[in-house]
Order: sequence, then structure tokens, then C-alpha cells
Amino acid sequence: MSDHIVKAYDEDITALKTLLAEMGGAAEEQLASAIKALSRRDATLADQVIRNDDRIDELERQIEEKALLLIAKRQPMARDLREIMVTIRVASDIERIGDLAKNTAKRTHAISEALPRKLSTGLARMGALALSQLNKVLNAYARNDDIMGMEVWRSDEEIDALYNSIFRELLTYMMEDPRNISLCTHLLFGTKNLERIGDHATNIAENIYFLVHGTTVSEGRPKKDVTSMMNPNED
Amino acid sequence: MSAQTATKVETATAVPRILGERAPKVTARNVDIYYGEKHAIKSLSVDIPDRAVSAFIGPSGCGKSTFLRSINRMNDTIPSCRVTGDIKVDNKDIYARDLDVVHLRARVGMVFQKPNPFPKSIYENVAYGPRIHGTASGKADMDDIVERSLRRASLWDEVKDRLNSPGTGLSGGQQQRLCIARAIAVNPEVILMDEPCSALDPIATARIEELIDELKQNYCIVIVTHSMQQAARVSQLTAFFHLGILVEVGDTDDIFTKPKDKRTQDYITGRFG
Repeated sequence: MSDHIVKAYDEDITALKTLLAEMGGAAEEQLASAIKALSRRDATLADQVIRNDDRIDELERQIEEKALLLIAKRQPMARDLREIMVTIRVASDIERIGDLAKNTAKRTHAISEALPRKLSTGLARMGALALSQLNKVLNAYARNDDIMGMEVWRSDEEIDALYNSIFRELLTYMMEDPRNISLCTHLLFGTKNLERIGDHATNIAENIYFLVHGTTVSEGRPKKDVTSMMNPNED
Repeated sequence: MSAQTATKVETATAVPRILGERAPKVTARNVDIYYGEKHAIKSLSVDIPDRAVSAFIGPSGCGKSTFLRSINRMNDTIPSCRVTGDIKVDNKDIYARDLDVVHLRARVGMVFQKPNPFPKSIYENVAYGPRIHGTASGKADMDDIVERSLRRASLWDEVKDRLNSPGTGLSGGQQQRLCIARAIAVNPEVILMDEPCSALDPIATARIEELIDELKQNYCIVIVTHSMQQAARVSQLTAFFHLGILVEVGDTDDIFTKPKDKRTQDYITGRFG
């Protein structure tokens, strides 16, 4: 897209996108550390994640402030207007991702014993998948690449499928020995957080599509998280 | 009118939703307008809905005012100006040989950029049109028309105690509303406005916009404006002109959020080189 006649307008938009890129990078880092902290039961790293979340919140506040000022000053139209609106929405998704990473890290403290191997690999796989989805969607956003965004959007079902299988696994452990319940519940929340992060990544993908096309995604996304309907006694 | 073969011009044409709700009042088909050698409007076709506001936008010299003025044959006063193609109001060719231009201009009123009240009293400014068209039957009827028109133009309360003072003594915004009252005193069907707010402050502008919003219940309004925000606020249909071409016409809501043509996008986002 060519430049605005008023150069400062382009500078304002670039500054906004730079802030968002910084925020996205911070969220990726937080998520990676949270997964590491939980799977290795590293309390120091977990504390660091908890502390660093403030930075993400602060970035979101700055983005909102800049976006509002830009609307007031420039009265953006058409794609520019969508650009600003999408920035605000994406910032809010990233802020939620930051919260979920923080919550995942927090659970490190509640887990006292080593994770059973199968669970720890499941958690690591799911974490890697969520992280890769987030990374891809942020790259797609930085490049205004709606096709890449839609790939992320479609592959969210992998995370959902993995979550379903971990959910089953955890249920089995809990049924085997009630002493596992505390550990498993924390892991369940941790993996649920990762599944949620996947959903936020698809939100961002939908916003990239809206930014590029001016319309919302019309195709229905296959929803594969079925755990809300699962009953262990029926298995 | 002689049909003229002009270069075929592409206009982005999905039928705007507003035309599904409001019948077209003004229709133009293959209209070309020339000033001597200059080809000011090129093969323009458009439908303008009744009881709605249509905005013409585009950079200076794009032909939007030229086309606006052709809707009540204001261009007739420019000797070098030539109009070909069809422009119809209520399906009647307004360039037909037997058409009474004075009568046409009563049906299709106009408000200009600079408020231009006559150097007469406020009352006489409004009464002038009905008087020359002989539409008032006696003094009481004329008083009634003047009051009604001033009320419709949201000016009555401000001037009712000084109807005999000169119209030129009013503020700019009041003068513009007086001009609108003068235009509607002859019961027009279409009101053309050529940048009606560009000489007004933001408050006077807001009052005119509020007035336009009310007037659209009864009239077909066409406004030329350089303010994109104004077009976005007041109109339901927006037409974007560039270099004499109607580039894109559509529902205002779509034009300002997701225009189809790149030239429209560039213009409304401030990217025109």
C-alpha cells in the first residue's frame, strides 16, 4: 500500500505496529517460559513469568492510547480504519495470551512431584504446538498475510485434538489413584490454558482476514474440543 | 439530445442497497459534459435515490460540481458547456426541448458554497421564490409559507422577531440556513448542495448537517463536499469522482469502510499523489 500524503500519519501507524510486534514477541517469550517452567517444575522461572506479565499489560495500555489518539487526530478511513481496529483487537488477544501464560506458570508452584513421563511429553507437545501457532499468526499479522493466517486458523484443530487426548489421559490417572487428583487438576488447567491460547491465535487470524478483505471469515471452523461433553464413567 | 459515442467507462457497479429501499429520483445515463474542448464528465451513469442524501466526493477538478450543476441545468449559463446523454428527474428528460428551465430550477433547488442571501429582508428572501412562481395565494398564505420554510430550515426561532431585518445581517451559518429556507420555499423535490458548509464553523456545520438529516425525510438531497467525514456522516449513497470519471458508487457505509476500487481507497485514506 502506498504512503499517505501526510508522512506523520504513516509514522503513527508504524509506531503502533511496532509496539504490537513488541507485545507479541513478549507474549511468545512468556509462553515459552511458562511451558518450560511447568514441565520442569522450575519455580524460579515461573516467578519470572509472573512478574513479566506487567510488561505486556503496559504495552496493551500504550497501544490503546496510541490507537485512540490516532483515530482522534487522523479520522482513519477504509483500510486504515480497519488497521487501527484490528490492532486494538489483536492487542487484547495478546494480553489474554499473556494472562494465560502467567496462569500456566503459576501452577508450577502447586505441583510437588515429578510429572509422569507420558503427561510431560503430552504437555510439551501441546505447548510447542500452541507456541508455533502463536508465532505463525504473529508473523502472518506482521506481513498482512491472510493466507498464512488462515493456515493457523485451520490447524487449531490439532491443538484441540491433543487437548482431548491429554484430558482423557488425566482422567485415567485420577481414576487410578485419587492422590493424583491435585496434580492432574493443575495440569488440566495448564493444558486448558494452552488450548485457549490456540483459540486466541485463531482470533488473530480472523482479524488478519478482516483487515485484508473488509469482511469476516465466512467458513465455519471445525470445533474439536469435545471435553465439555466427556464423562469418564461412559468410557 | 443527441447520443454520443464516448469511451466506455468502467464504474464499480453493484446496486447499492439504498436503491432497493428508495426509488431513484434522478437518473443519469451515459452523460458526457464538455467545457469547450475539455471533457469534464465522461460517460457517467448513476441512479440517485429519493428521500435520501447522496454525496459526491473527489479531488478538485474531478467533475463532481459540474455534474451536480447539470442536474438543474445551471451549466446552461456557461456558453461553452455542452451536455450529452440522458439526465432524468422522475423519468422526465430535463434537457428536453419543451422543458421550462425556470420551473425545473424550482423543482431542483440549489444551495451554494458561500451563503448568498439577496440584499433584502429575511422575509423577502424566502418569499421571493413563491412570489415569482405565483405559488402563494395572498398575504396570509405567504406568511405561512415563509414561517414553514424557516421552521424547516431550523431558523425560525432565531429570526421570527426580526423578519424585516436584512438577510445579510445574519451570521454565516444563519445565512446558509436562510438560503436553504429560500430553496425549500418553492417546494422543490431535489435539493442540490455545493459544499454548503465549507465557509462555516463547526457548530454552524453541525446545524446544517442536522438539518440535512431532517430534510432527507422529504427530499432527494445531493451534496458535493470536500469533507470525507461529512460525506460519511450525512449521506446514504456516496459517489467518488476522479478525472471526470465516476469511479465508484455505493452505500456510504461500504465506501468508507471497504471501497472496491483502489483509487477510492487511496483518495479516502489520504494517499492520492
